[in-house]
Amino acid sequence: MIIPGVSVHIGRDVDDALENLSSVKDATLLAGGTDLLVEINFGRARPTHVIVIDRLDELKALDRNGHIRMGALVTYTRMLADDPGSAALREAARTVGSPQIRNAGTLGGNLGTASPAGDTLPVLAALDATVVLRSRAGERRVKFADYMTGPKKSVRRPDEIVVAAEWDDAGPAQTFMKVGTRNAMVIAVAGLALVVDRARRRVGVGLGSCGPTILRAPDAEKFAAGLFDEAGWDRRMRPTEVARTEFGRLAAAAARPIDDVRGTAAYRRHVLAVMASRALARVATIA
Amino acid sequence: MKLTVNGDEREVETADHESLLTVLRERLGLPGSKNACEQGECGSCSVLLDGALVCACLVLGAAAAGREVRTVESLADGDRLHPVQRAFVDMGAVQCGFCTPGLIVSTYALLKENPEPSDQEVREALSGNICRCTGYGKILEAVQRASAGMYGR
Repeated sequence: MIIPGVSVHIGRDVDDALENLSSVKDATLLAGGTDLLVEINFGRARPTHVIVIDRLDELKALDRNGHIRMGALVTYTRMLADDPGSAALREAARTVGSPQIRNAGTLGGNLGTASPAGDTLPVLAALDATVVLRSRAGERRVKFADYMTGPKKSVRRPDEIVVAAEWDDAGPAQTFMKVGTRNAMVIAVAGLALVVDRARRRVGVGLGSCGPTILRAPDAEKFAAGLFDEAGWDRRMRPTEVARTEFGRLAAAAARPIDDVRGTAAYRRHVLAVMASRALARVATIA
Repeated sequence: MKLTVNGDEREVETADHESLLTVLRERLGLPGSKNACEQGECGSCSVLLDGALVCACLVLGAAAAGREVRTVESLADGDRLHPVQRAFVDMGAVQCGFCTPGLIVSTYALLKENPEPSDQEVREALSGNICRCTGYGKILEAVQRASAGMYGR
């Protein structure tokens, strides 16, 4: 069998990588390698031109000043070691893979792969984050809600690199939960992020592994916002059992899950309701 | 391409789509890092890349150009085992031995940053290394012994 040759370009900086990207048809971007190398090792991907972007120092920046801008090359390990500007994102990073995977895998890789099981993605949805894409023509910003278009599909054009994600600091009332078969090296059967931005009076719910894209749960968000309207946004709250159950029901109702090797649609709906109820109880007490 | 392996600058050809693991084992004659799952699940190929613990199977060989790699082969000083290796032998933390190099590199990576890890920290640090023989009890004991050995306690 003859395998067509591969050329590899190691990007020096973002401009250099973008120039190379625009000059080649069907280029594949390589950051931490934790997704692409699995595809290559199992013969599912045979990229003909790889652009290595793991040395683009500009994309390693992490700026926090009320507004967070996390460069695409921030690894999961750094999300754990440095304050990543979101408690839920930190919790999500903790559930990714193993130390080896967390040292290599990046936020931009999670966005580039755009898997419905990407653990940081429900958090970006709940934070109402913005994805920053750059090409030689300049930068554009896409709301995360508009970024994913299907499983492993996004609006990123072939000439663009994900350079960062941005969001407003939503305060400490947020959490991420995930169901899987082990505590390490697990792809989510279902994941859920809940953000209660008390200052902006906004609730965000992001659902992972429960549909073709990451989903929001607008009815659940409205319902929870009503609870905080009543109790006071700046106050700690203990939601009633009835309220928690209803919140869980509404979150699960927003899912569009399928049966697959990791779980059934019915199980996914069940665990989403349980996670949402627990997440609300946890977050409501943080003010 | 050129890269630094265990302190020595090496020049090596890499074929298309070859991982760093293949480069180490088949081109540089360093078979200590083991090839098992090829998807970053088992940790048998754990190496230090610019000081960070990673799975060599998930690094594109060509993308390692100019970088510094340390493999399990770098730990022993001639015939003198590194304290981590000594501890694995002394505590009987080795059965078939296939996962051992990866576990030793992960243990070394842990202890170099955290000289006295708690049991939970050890379990977390080794969560990316799978052993199918021992059941981990002896491995956890070996890490504690290695901590004492490395820091002369």
